[in-house]
Amino acid sequence: MKLKLSFWRVLFIIIMGLGLYSTVIRFFYGLGAATNMSDQFPWGLWIGFDLLCGVMLAAGGFCIVGAVYLFNVESLHSVVRPAVLTAFLGYVLFIVGLLFDLGRPWFIWHQLIYMNPRSVMFEVGICVMSYTTVLFFEFLPNVFERFHMHTPIKWIKKVYPVLIIMGILLSTLHQSSLGSLYLIMPSKLHPFWYTPALPFFFFGSAIAVGLAMTIFESTQSAKAFGRQLELSVLVQLGGALLVALWVNALLRFEDYFHRGMLGQIIKPSYEAYFLWLELVLAFVIPITMLSFKKVRLSPVGLYLASISTVLGFITNRLNVSLIGFETYVGHHYVPKWTEFCVTLMIVAAGFALFGLAVKYLPIFPEEKYPRKQHLGIEPAPAVPAAVLSHAGD
Amino acid sequence: MSKALLYDATICIGCKQCEGACAQQNKLPYDDKVAAESVQSEHKFTVVLTKDDKFMRRLCMNCEQPACASVCPVGAMHKTKAGPVVYDVWKCIGCRYCMVACAFSQPKYEWQSLNPRVRKCVMCPDRVLAGKQTACAEICPTGATKFGERDDLIKEAQDRIRQNPSTYLPRIYGLNEVGGTSVFIIASKNVEEYGYPASAKIGDTPMPEYTGQVMERIPDFIPVWTLVLGGIYWVSHRREEVAAAEAQEKAEEKEKKNGGAR
Repeated sequence: MKLKLSFWRVLFIIIMGLGLYSTVIRFFYGLGAATNMSDQFPWGLWIGFDLLCGVMLAAGGFCIVGAVYLFNVESLHSVVRPAVLTAFLGYVLFIVGLLFDLGRPWFIWHQLIYMNPRSVMFEVGICVMSYTTVLFFEFLPNVFERFHMHTPIKWIKKVYPVLIIMGILLSTLHQSSLGSLYLIMPSKLHPFWYTPALPFFFFGSAIAVGLAMTIFESTQSAKAFGRQLELSVLVQLGGALLVALWVNALLRFEDYFHRGMLGQIIKPSYEAYFLWLELVLAFVIPITMLSFKKVRLSPVGLYLASISTVLGFITNRLNVSLIGFETYVGHHYVPKWTEFCVTLMIVAAGFALFGLAVKYLPIFPEEKYPRKQHLGIEPAPAVPAAVLSHAGD
Repeated sequence: MSKALLYDATICIGCKQCEGACAQQNKLPYDDKVAAESVQSEHKFTVVLTKDDKFMRRLCMNCEQPACASVCPVGAMHKTKAGPVVYDVWKCIGCRYCMVACAFSQPKYEWQSLNPRVRKCVMCPDRVLAGKQTACAEICPTGATKFGERDDLIKEAQDRIRQNPSTYLPRIYGLNEVGGTSVFIIASKNVEEYGYPASAKIGDTPMPEYTGQVMERIPDFIPVWTLVLGGIYWVSHRREEVAAAEAQEKAEEKEKKNGGAR
């Protein structure tokens, strides 16, 4: 255990060191020295992963908050705080990542004074800024609680409905708009991924990934912080994930069918391989797995299915932003090591901050009610029963 | 009235004086080494290409409805009434969406700079506003690049093609592409052979319309979605209140019964 811990620490220090070195290259020698981006490939890993995937992976925040506060699914209450924390950290780190990618990051505030409402990027920018603020206020009660400041918590509780509705509205807007960014490139983006339905796909997949990430992160933090895993919560999330994946898969199929692409996507080609990878990871594996009740009720099964989902949609975002442009450009883009290091540094910082927050803030609610059942032993019928009892509320 | 450029590849002699004049106008270095470069870059806004002894010029098309201007989050690019699509560097945050969005891939970036700018042909806005021709048109010894009123140049291009149908391909590149541009090209070879995007591929639809269809719905979407979300919130919490009230009633009734029994 101790050895494992120190291994992760050493890895963390190495990543941070390389990341800082890359940061120096980025800010003292410019984008040309720090990246493999070019006039042909003006958007690279930092847009493809840090922006598109980062925002997608943080979608758990609005999914869970929506389920618990909007639809009153109280059984998911215990994952609200970690989901909000992940989302808040995700957005803050995404903004940090953006500072690396922007050519003139010191002018990022121009977004607020020189507005171009016709621009999708403007909309994304404003939504992300506002949503990060909303997340900050959703996160703040953790801090107040830690220092036993009850009055400000009361204030926040009063405006909580407004925060929740704003948060979901802003998320709907910018999650879909990240897809709209690519609508203006019909001649450049490969037809496997260019479709007028891009904003719908981006929003739909954000919900699936939000659910999958919550499963992943609950399991992961249960392992890391020696907490008890609440199987009933995971099972419920797994069921929702299966539905979300089916909806996404059917929409994707409809889109290919109506555009007459079904014949092309099954023909082997460079793009087809990446599309297959995406479809297998995002749909085939998790849907097949979750279709078995046995898997849906097993923590390991749910964990693996959610990992596959997350990897599948990460592949999707990278396909849309990088692979889908290679044929148009006529050459491959492979990120430079410095690009990888900066991205890794940001991800590692996210993990570290999450760990610190869990350690010092009441993220995981105190176990007020001692749980009788241990993980895996909880009888399955209890879950539908719990759902039903809430449905009647 | 907006101004435009007509490039007639059949009278171009490939002297590259337009390249030099462009560099001078934009205060860029120009020597034999730059002249030999056959790609556009942040230090070469226009290039004269050669293929089978036939020449072709590439430059920013200065679209009528430019994608770059519509996608810029801070509005650093805009189409002027006079025709040029210009760039306000002091607004730019460096997101490079203009580069990705341009169907002609014209905006280039100063990748090596620590305070990088987007660079492209901006059709000499200062000269055009002062009533002068663009630098490239002024220096062109054969009139292959001609500056003038957009409508007049379209007519002239049509006339030239009509009068010499054996010399020209029957097309004016830039007339309808992406909804029309301010640079027209007539030639005996297809422009696609020199790296221009195919007309069929980029289409006649102005690029901003692709995202505009989505963006224009947002003002309607926001209040509707807010109401829907608010409604769901109200309904689900109302249920909770009702359930609580009912539970309380029941409890009271029970108490009464118990009290009565006693």
